Amino acid sequence: MEPSDTELIAAVRQGDVQQFETLITRYQPRVFATARRYARREDEVQDIVQEVFIKAFQKLDSFRAEAPFEHWLMRMAVRTCYDFLRSHQRNRETTLTDLSDPEVDWLERFAAGPEDNSKNTDAARALVERVMAQLSPEARLVITLLEIEDRSVKEIARLTGWSVPLVKVRAFRARAQMKKILETLTREKYL
Amino acid sequence: MDLEKLQQKLMAAARATPPGDQVPYAFEKRIMARLTAPLTVDVWAVWGRWLWRAVAPCMSVMAALGVWVLATTHAEPESPNLEQAIENTLLSSDDVAGE
Repeated sequence: MEPSDTELIAAVRQGDVQQFETLITRYQPRVFATARRYARREDEVQDIVQEVFIKAFQKLDSFRAEAPFEHWLMRMAVRTCYDFLRSHQRNRETTLTDLSDPEVDWLERFAAGPEDNSKNTDAARALVERVMAQLSPEARLVITLLEIEDRSVKEIARLTGWSVPLVKVRAFRARAQMKKILETLTREKYL
Repeated sequence: MDLEKLQQKLMAAARATPPGDQVPYAFEKRIMARLTAPLTVDVWAVWGRWLWRAVAPCMSVMAALGVWVLATTHAEPESPNLEQAIENTLLSSDDVAGE
């Protein structure tokens, strides 16, 4: 039988550092999936994941076991991703004008019939990535958690460390920002 | 174009294709290697860091000294004008000779 998280954490705290490897193996798929929502390049994703686990190891003494280890770790993962977005804010200069052919096709099919463009989800995903890259770090984080991961405002507050009213304000601003970006995108292409 | 609908469609597309959770081979070993690596100290980096930290206090001390010097220096008594000074210098030899 595999040792529980609590047992592993206790062992690490007592100096058996190698037990932390089991914790990494157990949770790294989830942390990788989270990091891939915010970073595009695989080397950036790996850097984020590495940072999350190093932080977790260094702060393991502050883990109080009031919530499952996974929640504590995911909170750290989300905050590390947010820090990553903030530090790479200026490097992300994707333009809305240079859409690829499949993206233009997807938009044209949407313009012709909004109900009928279920095909080519890759193009839609590329468009989402393009639009998300234009958002501010706060907006991107809140849209990802709220709209894509379908989390509640309370959950987002817990994950980010923001207050509930702040999450609501940021969600409102993020939606407005996204609408503006979509407006620019469609105006450039269709007017 | 219905932007609300467009936004919903794009979000639905993002939801439909969640990112993969695959992990590079032996990634946990890489992290463990980082965690258990002996701590090596880069002397030059430490020296450089301390130098940078010293910049602000040094500048503050310099500014404080500058203010103190300006505040404590007494203004020189007003010197006679240049014309008068030259005349005094030239005629001083005559005064000495006359005595």
